[in-house]
Amino acid sequence: MLRHLLGAFGLFLLLTTAAPPVELEDAAGSYRIAPAGSRIAFRIPKAGGGAMTGSFGSFSGSIVIDGRDLSRSQVEISIDPRSVATGEQRADRFLLSDAVFNAPPERRITFRSMGVKRTGDGTATVAGALTARGETHNETFHVALASMKGGRIGFHVTGRVLRSRYGMDVGTPIYSNVVDFDMTLIGARN
Amino acid sequence: MTVLWNTEERYGWVAILLHWLMAALILGQFTLGFVMTRTDDQRLAFERIQLHKSIGLTLLALAAVRIVWRLANRQPHLPDLPRAEARAARMVHAVLYALLLVLPLSGWALVSSSVLEIPTMPFGLLVLPNLPLDVSEAAEAFWASVHRWIGWGAIALVCLHVLAALRHHFWLRDNILLRMVGAERRE
Ligand code: HEM
Ligand code: HEM
Repeated sequence: MLRHLLGAFGLFLLLTTAAPPVELEDAAGSYRIAPAGSRIAFRIPKAGGGAMTGSFGSFSGSIVIDGRDLSRSQVEISIDPRSVATGEQRADRFLLSDAVFNAPPERRITFRSMGVKRTGDGTATVAGALTARGETHNETFHVALASMKGGRIGFHVTGRVLRSRYGMDVGTPIYSNVVDFDMTLIGARN
Repeated sequence: MTVLWNTEERYGWVAILLHWLMAALILGQFTLGFVMTRTDDQRLAFERIQLHKSIGLTLLALAAVRIVWRLANRQPHLPDLPRAEARAARMVHAVLYALLLVLPLSGWALVSSSVLEIPTMPFGLLVLPNLPLDVSEAAEAFWASVHRWIGWGAIALVCLHVLAALRHHFWLRDNILLRMVGAERRE
């Protein structure tokens, strides 16, 4: 999410320099992540081809874009692991069990940005602390500004996370240790 | 002296080794199948099921070797037994051979038809393709119950087989069990 935010920020900067449409100042502000239109999906490749895919249906978060210094922008996301959906109930139950998320109701998956770096026209990387299953590690996500209209800002965020670092390496090497995230985050201006 | 090949009187080392190796693996495999379907810890359950698949497929390969070896060898004569008993022994052995193939195949069918589509990677070494079967909840449930029935049926037959072997040894006091371990009864 942070990455998305950062990316968006970068995009803004680029746009401000390259073309008239969006000024960083226009994007600056504080947003809350809107469930409508936002999506957090993941993909875990399988040995021999194919992948297990799924998404989280319940999450919340905030995005603060610093109009003067993009690198000081902030992203926070909190995901309810119980909202995981792979399209296969047995797989969902397995993910929620002690084997993977080991998720009591109060334990959420969180990301808190610690640094945003502009990487190009409308793109940025967001580095931050990802916490899952009681483990916290630094992760970096790539963010691209996707839309900006009427107080709503949209980012496309991608990133790869090694699940072994979070005590979730069950099933390797049958299922890849790498989880590919693909998110669309829509921020609604506060 | 026991040699590689079977003779008219006794089993060779290869037959003996295959018999006991597979007997041990099948009993282990049966226990594992029972335990893994009743394991609460989901990670452990997943790993046990993968191990069960790996051992089961090893057994399938061993079964092929064993059947080829059986066909390439002569069979030791049975001692003087009532005809019905000799026929029962031959029949049980034939069914046991069939089960050595059908039981792991039914397991392979079960994972191949599962909607979970969990790849089968024996001992993490290579990805085994699925059998070309219908993938659906119904197909999976069907093959799972086939696998369960054949598994429990096989263990029942093995019990009968073991009781028969013990009867030969302790009751009839013949050479049947001893020649399956490469030994002989001394007078
Ligand atoms: C000689 C070989 C095998 C034996 C003796 C055996 C035996 C068993 C037994 C006793 C069970 C538990 C049944 C129950 O009470 O629920 C079981 C379950 C199972 N077996 Fe096997 N099995 C063999 C081979 C295989 C193979 C080759 C595979 C897959 C490649 C396989 C896959 C499974 C699976 C997935 C289950 C769980 C089914 C369920 O969810 O109920 N088995 N097996
Ligand atoms: C999973 C377990 C087992 C399987 C699948 C199995 C299978 C077989 C088969 C197919 C044969 C026929 C060999 C042939 O003549 O080609 C055989 C023979 C024999 N088995 Fe087993 N067996 C198992 C366990 C045992 C156990 C635990 C014992 C001992 C108590 C045993 C004792 C014997 C004996 C003594 C013979 C030789 C019979 C003869 O000389 O004609 N088996 N077994």
